[in-house]
Amino acid sequence: MAKKTLKTAKEKSAFWNNFILIVICVIWLIPILGILITSFRPSEDIFRSGWWQVFPHKENVEVERIVLPESVDLDGPFEILGKTATFEEFRNTVELDDGRLISWYGNKRTRTAIVSERRWVGFATNLTLKNYSDVIGGKTISYKNAEGQTITRTGNNLGGAFLNSLAVTIPGTIIPILIAAFAAFGFAWLEFPGRNIIFTIIVALLVVPLQIALVPVLKDYVSMGLNGTFLGIWLAHTGFGLPLATYLLFNYISTIPRELLESSYIDGASNFTIFTKLILPLSVPALASFAIFQFLWLWNDYLVALVFLGEKNQTVTIAVASLVGEKGQDWHLMTSAAFVSMILPLLVFLGLQRYFVRGMMAGSVKG
Amino acid sequence: MSVIEAKTPTPDGNNRINKILTWFGTTLGQILVSIFVPAVTFLVLWQGYLFLQRAQAPQIVQVLVAIVWGVGGVALLYVVTNWLVMKLPKKASRVLQPFVFVGPAVAIMAWFLAIPVFRSLIASFRNYLGTEWVGFDNYIFAFTDPRMLETFRNNLLWLVFGTAFSVGLGLLIATLADRTRAEVIYKSIIFTPMAISFVGAGVIWKFIYTYKGTGVGIQEIGLLNAIVTALGGTPQPWLSLSPWNNFLLIIIMIWLQTGYAMVILSSAIKGVPAELLEAARIDGASEIKAFFSIIVPYIKGTLLTVTTTIVIFSLKTFDIVRVMTGGNNGTNVIANEFYLQSFTYNDAGKASAIAIVLLLLVTPIIFNNVRQFSKSRRGF
Repeated sequence: MAKKTLKTAKEKSAFWNNFILIVICVIWLIPILGILITSFRPSEDIFRSGWWQVFPHKENVEVERIVLPESVDLDGPFEILGKTATFEEFRNTVELDDGRLISWYGNKRTRTAIVSERRWVGFATNLTLKNYSDVIGGKTISYKNAEGQTITRTGNNLGGAFLNSLAVTIPGTIIPILIAAFAAFGFAWLEFPGRNIIFTIIVALLVVPLQIALVPVLKDYVSMGLNGTFLGIWLAHTGFGLPLATYLLFNYISTIPRELLESSYIDGASNFTIFTKLILPLSVPALASFAIFQFLWLWNDYLVALVFLGEKNQTVTIAVASLVGEKGQDWHLMTSAAFVSMILPLLVFLGLQRYFVRGMMAGSVKG
Repeated sequence: MSVIEAKTPTPDGNNRINKILTWFGTTLGQILVSIFVPAVTFLVLWQGYLFLQRAQAPQIVQVLVAIVWGVGGVALLYVVTNWLVMKLPKKASRVLQPFVFVGPAVAIMAWFLAIPVFRSLIASFRNYLGTEWVGFDNYIFAFTDPRMLETFRNNLLWLVFGTAFSVGLGLLIATLADRTRAEVIYKSIIFTPMAISFVGAGVIWKFIYTYKGTGVGIQEIGLLNAIVTALGGTPQPWLSLSPWNNFLLIIIMIWLQTGYAMVILSSAIKGVPAELLEAARIDGASEIKAFFSIIVPYIKGTLLTVTTTIVIFSLKTFDIVRVMTGGNNGTNVIANEFYLQSFTYNDAGKASAIAIVLLLLVTPIIFNNVRQFSKSRRGF
């Protein structure tokens, strides 16, 4: 008996656990689902109805239009389809006995009433890839805006921004890792004066807000002609990412068994050979963790790119942000642009989640 | 030491090649080579730089060249400097070699983080152009101006509510998911927003909060207003309703950061010994009691680390505010005011003072990190 109640109690709590988690997960996913669906809808549809309307639902569908003859006096009560009401009542929608609805079309002078019926509407929406081709390309595009006017303008060339983001992130990820790996090896295995104090300063730099550096470094960049160049932003990302990279790799490299290195030294290998032939291959897991971390951080970065690259060579985050800023109502472009900007980090993230988590655990001191 | 030294000329070898090799072995040759190799390296890198600056080629070519040039250049610099140092007398090379390894990293960190602390400190006592000393004027602005007081209030809201909900929800989800079979799926879903940029998240949530205005026959396309209308309320322009708009922005941070808290806390919860929990249950402790008296104390350290990280994050919040409201309608935060002062109003003095304020806010955490590190590395 007692065992049975214990079991049902356990099942009950398992049910509630799952229930709460499913509710939270649904709440978490709905925002992404919303823009994913919206990005595939034609612009007129987006302005007309919410994205959830693509799911089956009951909706008032127009079945016919009735134009009243001139002989009907609209100032008094009049009759449509056997229902008598005043113009004001018709304008606020009148329900017929069979459930159909009558509403007025436009102003009084149109003399037109719309008869509609509640019907099920299922996935009967037209989905399109036009938003994506418009926003990725840099050519002239045209679409209908919220007021139904046709707008013609230049596309956002998100494809170009995508390439720029790659040009920023790939070296911006590899360069700091390379430099940090050299430094971590130096700090972990080589003797030199000031080693202790310098490494303590690096630990202190882990959480220094990068705002502190923007104004002075930008000043240097302007005088060196580095502003707006890829080299400039690689250096900046290297500078801001190095403390964490060095710290993480140091923690990893300093755990490599001493005997392994000593036997190599005895064999006459130089520091450089030991580093490239022994340390680097052994550190691959740590390098991979940090690489994913840095890649996502650079791809999603907005502030550093905004300050050091600006509109020249704009990255995806800048392209999306400026789309939001200038055309606050072009949801068909904003949603598809946002999705283009998210696709690569999402793939990297979902594919390499395990490495990412490992790096995150090790680096949870960084801000 | 040298690789190219030719001590024993082969008797039947080509005379000319031998002569050249011996010449390379001489000190003069060594010096010339030592100059020649770095010069060629520099020239190659410089040509790449010029190519990228002229930027005439199609974008994809430029990007590929940029990647190869950047990554290859750094690797090449290490190889060449190491090669140079190895050519020096043995004693000098022993002393200098560690600096080949740590030098570049230390120099870059000094340029981009350590020295700017002092440069910003100096700039914060100078006027907007940096031409004259103005004493504490910029700090008086930073601590008393209504604009700044608003940012402090908002950052406090971000810090308290953003951190509390991210950590609280993360802990709740981690605990609940630990007892279900579909744990991995739940955790992946909650974790996914971590991969999304704040700008992307801005678009996602701006769409939820969007407002079309009032009028006959207007159908709200923003989810929040649609829900409000369905429940019989009137649609609102949510992002301009101060002070509630701050909470709407904080929700975005919670959406992004809960996954982080959850993953780290989840692995800590898995470290709680099962016997401890079993013993408590046998003693008749309820699940909630077991949670607060066993799990929470056990993972206290991790909880503190996660909270600290999210606190730092909330202090530096910028992208979300910038994209969603631009800091208008009472939503300004410290980092956005910093951006406005330095890049919109071009006031280097005020901007630097604000940056120093941000630094002061994280100073306790810096001290704590350094203390923890020196404790754990006594034998360093």
